[in-house]
Amino acid sequence: MDNPQVEYVQRFSIFPRFLHFLVIVSFLTLAVTGMALKFASERWAEFVADFFGSFEVLGALHRLMAIVTFTYFALTFVLMYQNWRKSGKSIVQFILYKDSMIPNLNDAKELIQTFKWFFGLGPQPQYGRWTYWEKFDFMAVFWGVAVIGTTGLCLWFPETFTIFIPGYWINIATIIHSDEALLASGFIFTIHFFNTHLRPEKFPMDPVIFTGTMPLEELRHERPREYAELVAAGKLDEIKVPPTPRWFFVVSHVFGFTALAIGLTLVVSIIYSMVFLYVK
Amino acid sequence: MLNVTEKQGWLKFLVIISVALLVNLAQNAAAMTDEDCLDCHTDPDLTVEVDGKTVQLTLDGDKFAGSVHADNGCVSCHEEADVEEAPHPYPMARVDCANCHDDIAEIFADSLHGQALENNDPYAPKCIDCHGKHDILSMQDKDSPTYVMNVPFTCGRCHQEGSPMTLTHDIGKHNILKNFSMSIHGEGLFRKGLTVTAVCSSCHTAHNVLPHTDPNSTISRLNVVKTCMKCHANIEDAHTKIVRGELWETEPHKVPACVECHGPHQARRVLYEDSLNDQFCLKCHGNPDLKKILANGEERILYVNVDDFEHSIHQEKRIACAKCHVNVDHQKNPVCQDSGPVDCSICHAQVVDLYDKSTHGMLVAKNDKNAPVCTECHGTHGVMSKSNFESPIFARNIPDLCGRCHREGEKAALRYTGKQHDIVKHYQMSIHGRGLSQSGLMVSATCTNCHTAHSMLPASNPESSVNRENIITACAQCHLGIAEKFSSSIHSPQVSKTDKKLPVCNDCHTSHTISRHDTAGFRGLILDECGTCHEHETDTYFETYHGKASMLSGGEKTAKCSDCHGAHDILPAYYSESRLNRRHVVETCKKCHPGSNRKFTGYLTHATHHDRDKYPYLFYTFWGMTGLLVGTFAFFGIHTLFWVPRSFRERFKKRREHSRQSILKKDE
Repeated sequence: MDNPQVEYVQRFSIFPRFLHFLVIVSFLTLAVTGMALKFASERWAEFVADFFGSFEVLGALHRLMAIVTFTYFALTFVLMYQNWRKSGKSIVQFILYKDSMIPNLNDAKELIQTFKWFFGLGPQPQYGRWTYWEKFDFMAVFWGVAVIGTTGLCLWFPETFTIFIPGYWINIATIIHSDEALLASGFIFTIHFFNTHLRPEKFPMDPVIFTGTMPLEELRHERPREYAELVAAGKLDEIKVPPTPRWFFVVSHVFGFTALAIGLTLVVSIIYSMVFLYVK
Repeated sequence: MLNVTEKQGWLKFLVIISVALLVNLAQNAAAMTDEDCLDCHTDPDLTVEVDGKTVQLTLDGDKFAGSVHADNGCVSCHEEADVEEAPHPYPMARVDCANCHDDIAEIFADSLHGQALENNDPYAPKCIDCHGKHDILSMQDKDSPTYVMNVPFTCGRCHQEGSPMTLTHDIGKHNILKNFSMSIHGEGLFRKGLTVTAVCSSCHTAHNVLPHTDPNSTISRLNVVKTCMKCHANIEDAHTKIVRGELWETEPHKVPACVECHGPHQARRVLYEDSLNDQFCLKCHGNPDLKKILANGEERILYVNVDDFEHSIHQEKRIACAKCHVNVDHQKNPVCQDSGPVDCSICHAQVVDLYDKSTHGMLVAKNDKNAPVCTECHGTHGVMSKSNFESPIFARNIPDLCGRCHREGEKAALRYTGKQHDIVKHYQMSIHGRGLSQSGLMVSATCTNCHTAHSMLPASNPESSVNRENIITACAQCHLGIAEKFSSSIHSPQVSKTDKKLPVCNDCHTSHTISRHDTAGFRGLILDECGTCHEHETDTYFETYHGKASMLSGGEKTAKCSDCHGAHDILPAYYSESRLNRRHVVETCKKCHPGSNRKFTGYLTHATHHDRDKYPYLFYTFWGMTGLLVGTFAFFGIHTLFWVPRSFRERFKKRREHSRQSILKKDE
């Protein structure tokens, strides 16, 4: 980046980057405010509640961010629609083709190849535009928002929901909401953070989701299949872009590191609490 | 010298004598008859000169005929006049009533009046001064000077203020007659015409009048009670609140005598003038330098600040010095020497009885140096009513008063071994303390409302007002409505027949830190308090939203035990009156959840996913979710675990390649 000779390509347009920004802000807020309630007996939870004022503020923020979540959930469909129209494929082709967001047989192959590579039994797979773990992250958000979202609405409007469902379902909704959230936070703050940012190749963070651009070299190495396909289609020059302005690069890092720090702190707190809460 | 002036007199005299002689002959012996005497002594001109003064020797024959002595005859008293022939010798000896009334005369001789007579006191009364001479009437006769209605006047002839006798004699009491006439006795006599009311002789006796300093006197301190009780026979019953009956008889010196409260001549129903003179005491005790050196060398200041006393309740009630300092002995000098400490039980017997059984009283009995006696709290000469703002026992001042010993670090707090600490500080921050000191609410409970003023005992004592068995009664003094509600709740022993310990007021509300039930602190405390017995319910409560949120700041707003179960009217859900009964539960939830409906109330407020038998849905949901969580992390955990070493190896390889390439480049 500092080197002006490095060539950059565009990976994410502004829209998905904006969506991811919404995800970061809402997810972190939801996780912090929600976990403070889940682990209410812990000192750090008390600290969080004191910091925001009271559990009611936590609740208000949680509900506000729920609205943001439903918003980005809906906007993702808009993004998908736009991508579908741009691709010129039929809806079935769009869903089933190799670089669709939906996991497919190729992802299974790459997963197996990856494990072989872990053990030195073969080369690293020729990853395309989306690796299987990236697809899992994406699908996990879908799964998560669907499950946490519906149970969350039950908890938000229990009086309305109990017109249709028995009261004890609210208890069930609580368990699902809370444990699914634990899974989601735990996953994002450990697996997603590692896969995307903390593994040695990317350490300490990969700013592409903020800047939208990545070095051409990185594309060639990390996603050789996509690179090859772009070269073959002669589209590589189309996605070449000038480097991100330095100020934006800095802002991205500051924001990114903040999010990372919050997420990691929270996950450490959760793990600590889980260990001591259940050991107790 | 006999000076008979009229010749006619002689004639009359002769006639009388001859008649008398005839009668005498007829009557066998009697030389002189009353008629003989009256013959001369009804003559208004019958006078003699005594030391230059003309003394009339006539008497009213009719009056004599009506007197009690009419049948005795003149000569029975005037023995020397019993001669054969008039005139009788002259002068004759003074009539001696003792001839007949020897018993009375004997008594009289030792009396104040008798002694004065013997000492030739010119004002000493003789029999005739009170009873008259020839006209002596029965004391039943309304015209008699000794008739009950006339006694005050008879005595008053000498004892009236300003009379020569009062001017020449030092008599302790003044305005006796005037005071008597205004007293309840005088009023009875003069205004109500009651002949049973006490007059002078009722108390002082008729003939045995003695000064009150004489132990034999009917009005001496030791005898006056008996004297009064001649009429006021059952007065002990009327005075049980003031005087312990038995003391009156066994230790009369400890008990105030009637006259100490009911001024001898001024007895009224309410207004008891001082009988002993406070000024007399203050002659010495008004001196700020008055001191006494005790046997152990300590100095005791004996000065009495009159200003203190002036504002005291005892002054208001006209309690004189001597009424408390009873062991005054007139033989001693000063009279109050070694009179010993004041025994308040003389008047406040019931209260002292209670006090004796209290912790304070028992400590006193053990001679504990820390033990507070009456004066410790009430003061001495400045003792004030509890309604006086300045009084240490005025409700608002009580926390400070008790705090003098019970404040942390003070002597009572130091010897205390229980769990209550900083009680005064805590009390002052409590709803009761702030009500009293900040809001000036005089109905606020202070120390004595719960612990009582004189019967304070540790809570562990079954007799204590704050014992578990009694505390509800103590609180119910003010919080009656709550106590009534509580008595029909499941926590009441009337409802729950159980051996288990049932909660009482202070289990939930604490003793000294009682706060409003809607404060954050108290709402937080509810969970702990209920949890001491209902542990499982509290634990599971904390697994639900209400419980979790209640642990965070602002959490006091979420539903606490009492919001759903009720506080004092708490009942299990199977009671139809219970807030959680099917009939009421929707309403109960509605307090916080306006959209509450029948199904909504099916929310499990004490749910736990650890109980498979009770909550299988929750149990399996939890374990399903946990399985998903564990599965996901297991897969990606392994994925990452293998990825890390591979990544490092790749990077290492890459770096090696890079350096090799640069070496090759250099070589080129």
